Amino acid sequence: MARRSTKPRELRRQPLFTWVSWCVLGVLYAPIAVLILFSFNDNRAVMSWTEFSLRWYGAALENEGIRNAAVVSFKVAAIATTAATIIATMAALATSRGPGYPGRSAAIALINQPLMIPEIVTAVATLAFFSILRQVTGWTGLGWLILAHTVFCIPFAYMPIRARLADMPDTFEIAAADLYATPWQCFRHVTLPLLMPGVLAGAMLAFVVSLDDVIITLMIAGPGETTLPIYILGQIRRGVTPEVNAVSTILIAITVLMIAAMFTLQKKRP
Amino acid sequence: MAAPGDIPQADPALRRAQRDRARGQKRMRWGLLAPALVVIGIFGLAPLSIALVYSFLEPGTYGGVTWAFSPEAYVQFLFQRDIFDDTLGFNGAYLRIFGRSFGLALITMVGTLILGFPVAYFIAARPERQRNLWLFAVTLPFWTNLLIRTYSMMLIVRDEGFLNGALIWAGVIDRPLSIIYTDGAVLLGLVYSYLPFMILPIYASLEKFDFRLLEAAHDLYASRVQMMRHVVLPLTRPGIVAGCALVLIPALGAYITPELLGGGKKLMIGNMIALQFGSGRNWPFGSAAALILMSIVLIALLVSLRSGAKPEARHG
Repeated sequence: MARRSTKPRELRRQPLFTWVSWCVLGVLYAPIAVLILFSFNDNRAVMSWTEFSLRWYGAALENEGIRNAAVVSFKVAAIATTAATIIATMAALATSRGPGYPGRSAAIALINQPLMIPEIVTAVATLAFFSILRQVTGWTGLGWLILAHTVFCIPFAYMPIRARLADMPDTFEIAAADLYATPWQCFRHVTLPLLMPGVLAGAMLAFVVSLDDVIITLMIAGPGETTLPIYILGQIRRGVTPEVNAVSTILIAITVLMIAAMFTLQKKRP
Repeated sequence: MAAPGDIPQADPALRRAQRDRARGQKRMRWGLLAPALVVIGIFGLAPLSIALVYSFLEPGTYGGVTWAFSPEAYVQFLFQRDIFDDTLGFNGAYLRIFGRSFGLALITMVGTLILGFPVAYFIAARPERQRNLWLFAVTLPFWTNLLIRTYSMMLIVRDEGFLNGALIWAGVIDRPLSIIYTDGAVLLGLVYSYLPFMILPIYASLEKFDFRLLEAAHDLYASRVQMMRHVVLPLTRPGIVAGCALVLIPALGAYITPELLGGGKKLMIGNMIALQFGSGRNWPFGSAAALILMSIVLIALLVSLRSGAKPEARHG
């Protein structure tokens, strides 16, 4: 019979699926490609191509609003990432090493809580909570925004660190303990160096998530605390401008670099 | 000579040392967990309790709340109070917004499934090296700023946008179609935004799929469609259920997509909630709507967890 001759390799191929996949890939990247392409366009009308130019990048860099927003964005992301990564590393060590114990799965569920609730709910609930705290304490400033970012960055930093720990055999740690290393020495000289790729991956993820956040920041940020995405949102609401294309392209480039680095780090097997 | 079982009794000092060690480990464990639990406990859970309290208070004139008990926020959800004689009349406006959001979120889910499943399968069937590349290509948009991706979609579907330009150039239409600010545009944006959320979990459950099962099915005279229907689909059910939940939840609470591609006129729940905390100045009502949304999402999560767990028991 003719159908008997089909080779095993061919069996897994679904021609329709292959076709759909290439189309999906095209659809996923086409809008971003158009955005990036037109950020290099020397024309106010945005959509008709005239010639290549870096004019809008220059305009974006000279724009006071964009510069201030970038400073706020990076300040918030850097501090929130550092705090979230340290907290997540500690939590990952406590939840993945050693035998199971009562309360562990509850602790993991609590750490992942920010992922399970729609962002808009977290945003308005945090706004309500902070408005009370702001009144009671009288504190204002960037601290509140950084705090809110830290909370939702923790689960993102936690995931790759925990995954790395799960892949890591604990034989080195046991050997170190046998050689009279204190728990701190064992962590500092054995666990941490082995865990570092996971920690870095977690930090990058947290940084990207913080840098990209819109909804929570939109609700919480006080006057003068505009981050880059909030600035971009304001500009888009007023109409499409080529400067926004340039800033967006820069943000995309940062994300791509971070995620590519993260991918390479995670591929290194312990 | 003592038998092995006697050792603990033989040396009480050893037993004490062991007990001390266990206690020390426990202290260290909870010490390490403390910062995470405190930060998320206080700044993740407390706000939700505050929102619950707020939903039973009266709105303040300039936003915020007045500390007086009132179930008005929940009543307002379904009824409208007449300004003159204070009687309640049924008002379906908010219910319609919830219904619309559900409809859009469900269509988004089905759309991402139809597009996402073939991609996940295609990636899983690639040789190992190409697989990583494809995975990276799918993950990258997933991490790219949602706002920027939505904005780039605006560039495509605007009246003078890329799509209309291409269609006119190809001679399909002679006047631009108005796509932006319609339900269709919102739907397009939602599918575009959340497609990776569907592909990744399905891929995760297909990654370990044993393609030799297809050879077995082929030997038993299964057609390609039958192989999909009876071999691949049942085995990827956990991934499909997880993907559906991962798409449905953010799609239900979507804010940016309907705001930009729907022009702020086609409201979804997310926009409605944000509006109450902004120009609507009705925090109690916003809190109530947020809590209702959260309850719906948590129920959906529970359902998906249960139905995702089932096939594992069946296929062992």
